[in-house]
Amino acid sequence: MEKFFQLFVAAIALGGIYALIALGFVVVYKATGTFNFAQGGFVLLGAYLVYQFGDDWSLPFFVALILAMVVMAGVAAGIERVVIRPMINGPPFTIVLITLGVLLIIEQAVRTLWSEPAYVLTTPWGNGVTEVAGVSIRHVDMWTVGFATLVLGGFFAIFRFTTIGIAMRATAFDQEAAAAQGIKVGRSFSISWAIAGAVAVVAGAMLTSRTGSVLTPGLSFIALRAFPAMIIGGLDSPGGAVAGGVVIGVVEVMALGYLDFDWIGSGFEVVLAYVLMIIVLLWRPNGLFGTRAVQRV
Amino acid sequence: MSSRADAARVATPSMKLLPDKLTRMMFGLAVLIFLVTPLVLDDDFWMTVLANAGAFAVASIGLSILTGFTGQVSLGHAALLTIGGYTVGYFGADHGWPMWAWMLAAILIGALVGVAIGPFALRLKGNYLVVVTLALVFITGYVVENWTSVTGGFDGKSVNSASLAIGPVDFGELHIFGRDFSREQGIFYLCWIMVALTALVGRNIIRTRPGRAMRAVRDRDVAAEVIGVSNARYKIAAFAISSAMAGLGGALYAISLRFISPSNPAAELFLSIRFVAIIIVGGLGTIYGAVIGALLLGPLPELVQEFAGLFDFTIPIVDRPLVGDSPADNGIFSAASFSEILFGVLLVVFLIFAPEGIAGMIRRLRRRLAGRSNVDPDNVSDN
Repeated sequence: MEKFFQLFVAAIALGGIYALIALGFVVVYKATGTFNFAQGGFVLLGAYLVYQFGDDWSLPFFVALILAMVVMAGVAAGIERVVIRPMINGPPFTIVLITLGVLLIIEQAVRTLWSEPAYVLTTPWGNGVTEVAGVSIRHVDMWTVGFATLVLGGFFAIFRFTTIGIAMRATAFDQEAAAAQGIKVGRSFSISWAIAGAVAVVAGAMLTSRTGSVLTPGLSFIALRAFPAMIIGGLDSPGGAVAGGVVIGVVEVMALGYLDFDWIGSGFEVVLAYVLMIIVLLWRPNGLFGTRAVQRV
Repeated sequence: MSSRADAARVATPSMKLLPDKLTRMMFGLAVLIFLVTPLVLDDDFWMTVLANAGAFAVASIGLSILTGFTGQVSLGHAALLTIGGYTVGYFGADHGWPMWAWMLAAILIGALVGVAIGPFALRLKGNYLVVVTLALVFITGYVVENWTSVTGGFDGKSVNSASLAIGPVDFGELHIFGRDFSREQGIFYLCWIMVALTALVGRNIIRTRPGRAMRAVRDRDVAAEVIGVSNARYKIAAFAISSAMAGLGGALYAISLRFISPSNPAAELFLSIRFVAIIIVGGLGTIYGAVIGALLLGPLPELVQEFAGLFDFTIPIVDRPLVGDSPADNGIFSAASFSEILFGVLLVVFLIFAPEGIAGMIRRLRRRLAGRSNVDPDNVSDN
């Protein structure tokens, strides 16, 4: 039973990471209807920026984190303005393909700007562990869950209570109608991308810290595992992203903890998330909490 | 001019395989270049680069049918190439199947996987489908790593011993008119013969009833269903055809590379994105666009690697060359990064500024040239 609780804590923490990554996707999807593959790249670039400010320039960690969030918000909004905005009324999959191109460019830009194969990211929590009733909890996991809760709460508050949030919801619902009501559609787009960029920094830092604090370009590949979380939850539901993240986290950790390696082979946890996603999609094509698509004939 | 007359005139010429004189001339020229190139360019590096481009062209034609004509975006194309590669490795190299047999196996296994994806395409739309095709990359990677008795696991496997003979002709060691050809030259011929056959099949599909049905599904799927075009049939067919061509392309690519080994899912995803870039730059909705795209973009990584040395002058402020021609060489970009960035930039730039790709540019050029002659501008083939 102790093993179960131990795994359960790890599962929730992993779910928190996936949720953090997925939340960045969801905010852009919810506000602009864009499926942003470049989010994985934002996570990667964000983590390297935290390293650059914190470890290379020796700024205090939280200053570095916030500075990186500001920079990344600007980068994301800039990318939206330059390559996404012109194509808003283009053919439907054009924007998805553009975000793929952007992912390719960001990934290689990171490899170019930080040319060493690996860096070490220093965090205040480091490898600290606290024992609670025989179950050891890593500090990084607590911080992760905390950040995920904070971001989710922030999303909820912004979307529900602020003028900007209402403008973003209106934009997502119908761009033309929103514009006709005097909502600055362009500004909604910029803000949602900026938020996605900022959230990606937190996700990147936590993901790096969680996987041994070693920063490599392989990070964006781990970020790809958040796709199933987002899809399972439903693309336009922040709460769903968190639920999907936790589901994937639990299944992944439990499978690794209880199944025999000889039987499942290497890399099973990655596939498992995707297989789970496929099963959920066959059952509910818009995810567990997604809005059902209504098609006009 | 009434729209009905327009439609009639555009529809008629596209029924023909080679609609007009200029197209026939260009086709003849392409065949001539194909036959002569290995004789003029007797160099293993270039032959391999062009053979790889041919293998990419075969797979790109498949993706073009799927994305350009049926409107389904796939990020799983690289996985299907991998499957084709291991098929020739297992049946061709390990079990000594003749060439026609392993080619057929690669095509059939590819088609089967395509049929398996088909039902998802029916149930899911747009973004959801894209992520499911991405799942194919992860699942294939997992199977390749763990099904070691077939794939050789992490060690990969040599495909060098696979037969390249069909009847009396052995592409591994061609003799024509007393002239000996190298293995690289033979594989170049083999790949581009398959490009021609694949293009013929593709062209025949899109200019006849199935092609029109696919376009109907792409443009208005519900409306297509209403007038009796089965979405299920044509979406699944499009995935099967596209995957079969990717399987064949992957088998040819493996033959040309001589060796296959697993690459990580991120690399596979990037390969898939390269295929998307190829068909976008070449021009969606045309077969020859896919071939042009594969010919121009397919060899990009090899070309950047090869020619990095030519640009070894240093950039003033940073005092480093633009592209390092070896990892130790202190270039701003590594050759691999530089070619990936080129793919990304080309994809984004073409989507924004020239969404019809090179084929669209050619079409516009021909319209302009045709403007003053007796060739009807609308008669220029769209396919």
